[in-house]
Amino acid sequence: MLKDITLGQYFPGDTPVHRLDPRTKLILTVVYIAALFMVKTWGGYILVIAALAAVTFVAHIRPRALLKGLKPLIFIIVFTAVLNLFFTAGDDILFQWRFIRVTHTGLERAVSMVLRVMLLVSGTFMLTYTTSPLAITDGLERLLSPLNRLHVPVYELSLMMCIALRFIPTLIEETDRIMSAQKARGADLETGSLPERAKALLPLLIPLFISAFRRADELALAMECRCYNGGQGRTRMKQLHMGWQDAAAFGLGALLVAGILILRRLGI
Amino acid sequence: MDPIIRIKNLTYTYPDAPGPALDGVSLDVAPGTFVAVLGSNGSGKSTLAKHLNAILLPQSGKVLVDGMDTIDEGSLLPIRRKVGMVFQNPDNQIVANVVEDDVAFALENLGVEPREIRRRVDEALKQVGMYDFRLHAPHLLSGGQKQRVAIAGVLAMGPEVLVLDEPTAMLDPRGRREVVGTVERLCREKGITVLLITHHMDEAVRADRVLIMDHGHIVMDGTPAEVFARADELRALSLTVPDTTALIEKLNAAGMHLPLSALTPEACAAAIKEALS
Amino acid sequence: MSLLELRNLTHVYSRGTPFEKVAIDHLDLDIGAGETLGLIGHTGSGKSTLISHLNALLKPTEGTVLFSGEDIYSSKAAMRHARFRVGVVFQYPEYQLFEETVYADIAYGPKNQRLSQQEIDRRVREAAAFVGLSEDQFNRSPLELSGGQKRRAAIAGVLAMEPEVLVLDEPTAGLDPAGREDLLEKLFAWKDASGGTIILVTHDMSIANRCERLVVLESGRIVLDGPPEIVFAASEQLRGSGLDLPAAAHIAGLLRRAGVDLPAAIYTVDQLADAILSLRGKGGRPC
Repeated sequence: MLKDITLGQYFPGDTPVHRLDPRTKLILTVVYIAALFMVKTWGGYILVIAALAAVTFVAHIRPRALLKGLKPLIFIIVFTAVLNLFFTAGDDILFQWRFIRVTHTGLERAVSMVLRVMLLVSGTFMLTYTTSPLAITDGLERLLSPLNRLHVPVYELSLMMCIALRFIPTLIEETDRIMSAQKARGADLETGSLPERAKALLPLLIPLFISAFRRADELALAMECRCYNGGQGRTRMKQLHMGWQDAAAFGLGALLVAGILILRRLGI
Repeated sequence: MDPIIRIKNLTYTYPDAPGPALDGVSLDVAPGTFVAVLGSNGSGKSTLAKHLNAILLPQSGKVLVDGMDTIDEGSLLPIRRKVGMVFQNPDNQIVANVVEDDVAFALENLGVEPREIRRRVDEALKQVGMYDFRLHAPHLLSGGQKQRVAIAGVLAMGPEVLVLDEPTAMLDPRGRREVVGTVERLCREKGITVLLITHHMDEAVRADRVLIMDHGHIVMDGTPAEVFARADELRALSLTVPDTTALIEKLNAAGMHLPLSALTPEACAAAIKEALS
Repeated sequence: MSLLELRNLTHVYSRGTPFEKVAIDHLDLDIGAGETLGLIGHTGSGKSTLISHLNALLKPTEGTVLFSGEDIYSSKAAMRHARFRVGVVFQYPEYQLFEETVYADIAYGPKNQRLSQQEIDRRVREAAAFVGLSEDQFNRSPLELSGGQKRRAAIAGVLAMEPEVLVLDEPTAGLDPAGREDLLEKLFAWKDASGGTIILVTHDMSIANRCERLVVLESGRIVLDGPPEIVFAASEQLRGSGLDLPAAAHIAGLLRRAGVDLPAAIYTVDQLADAILSLRGKGGRPC
């Protein structure tokens, strides 16, 4: 069922990680991704894994939840592994059978690529697990606010994102509901050729679109009733503050990058 | 006291509609009144509601909110602050992913100072009994809770009038009790004028005044006891009467003399008990 | 033998996540052919999850459902078969309309049953007649219909599959009193004509009132099961389950508490009026 998807889910909590300013977490996530691409040594990977484990522990996120988040990506992970494992050229052959050849370099590269994808994804998940989507949007809006001067409608864009986020669960539920209703009339969404299946989706997609438009209409009306008038002259209830915790987080982020670079220099 | 809402000879026809949705409606509502509006689908109830905060503008006639004409563009924001609207589908009126952020939406739009927003959001949430849920995600709340959040969202603006367009249609009995109880309390304790559009007679029974609409007209207007006493006329308009009224009618037809004003189950039981002893 | 037998039925959502929720909890229920059963319970009591098992839309975490003694989950074919024998109309079914014409939308179910063109045509016309849609509506877009007509078109789409059991989840939600009454009458007329079984899922006691048997669900379990007079007599328990009593049962309860000697089985206005009048006839002194 669609309800089981946890991709991008937020786990509310009150840990030092949850309490960080969303801007800090956004910047650090970017730093983390950049750092991950700087890793060239096994020692570097161990350092990143250790850092991620530490954050997971402090944020009270269950490791199982982190792994579960990877589940939808299993195809990409396996694909990456297979690609690197079998299609890396090299002389240090470990195993050969007819045209299939596994080299030492290939194995190493497969492992490191898989690690990299998994760490990349779980790292970004840490952001969405510990930061409410609203806080993320809020942080983004404020980080991007200099663009306002270039006439980019940053507030409108962030409101659009907020509303999209707000309605994802509602629309998922709705999809579930319509799917059940059509299946109850014998709709078969799972078998048949590709064009057949695409056609079988119409009974799902048409009602979904109609309903989304109706919702958008009603929401616009409700917003108008609550004096919505664009981003001009708006204030915000929640002001973001960076505190010493954020400074400390930046410090730890810098340490991570430094550690990776040192390990890389040392070749560990 | 001057009426908070004054409607004079209001007419409105939707584009492409065969006939007018509102046809010469006049109405005065005194501040602090709890008004229930009943009528079958298509009788013009929602159209009337949408005129009260200038979502729709009169094609002829006038709508005055606390003396301000809705047609006057300069009064738009003051009118919207004064008249809060709550709609049927709770899902489609909540904007934010966190309850308290949603309640803050209107005040943020109005450019209220952050600390003041905080204060009024907390107050509004307390008034609807949702303060403990302020950090929850709206989609995980029950229908009645969502609807109370929606009420808090307009309450934060400090309105003098609450217009609710079938707010209980999608709710279960528990949710309906929560919502109507909240609305009634806001009217009695805070003096907020309430216009409740509903299909549920047991909700209308609690109002001070009941309006019955049919084909764009207000066809009955009076206290619940006065209106529900005209049971046959109501049935002719495809409306039902509360079960209490139906019971008293039956008993009176068989020769008992019970007052039709006994509309709640409690009052009805007391009247029957008295007649029996 | 019962028509539908729910055996130890259990359904758990989001198993193994922080959102794990037991929706149906080891539930047993037998439903006989031709019954008019009301399934009542407040939102979240498991009603919707329960009915999604009757036509094999959801797979139980534990236990199973038997239709005429056969396990509906035994094979893909059996599951598909169950889907047509048990027609389920979900809440606000008008949102599932999608075809270009009313006719095509009602024909969607029978088409999926792979029936002949002729048979489909017969069924569409019959189903439309049952819900009171006239044939000149057939070529209109479902989106042009009024709210009440949309609801009826959607229900016709399920009736056209000619199910043996018809399950409706809050079929009258959002309709005005006249629309409510009208739809209920049509549903009962369908039942009488087809000899089918009806399961009405509702929290509206004026609908529950008209069922022969009521099953009250709370937290995925059955807490009350019996004819209305028995179920409505357990007023405390009903209130505890977040449900209302029918007004007549409520007033009868108040009168009894005030010492008026009323019989136990009262839940409609007519019954209550008769009971009060007979007390009065006897010179009616409360005991």
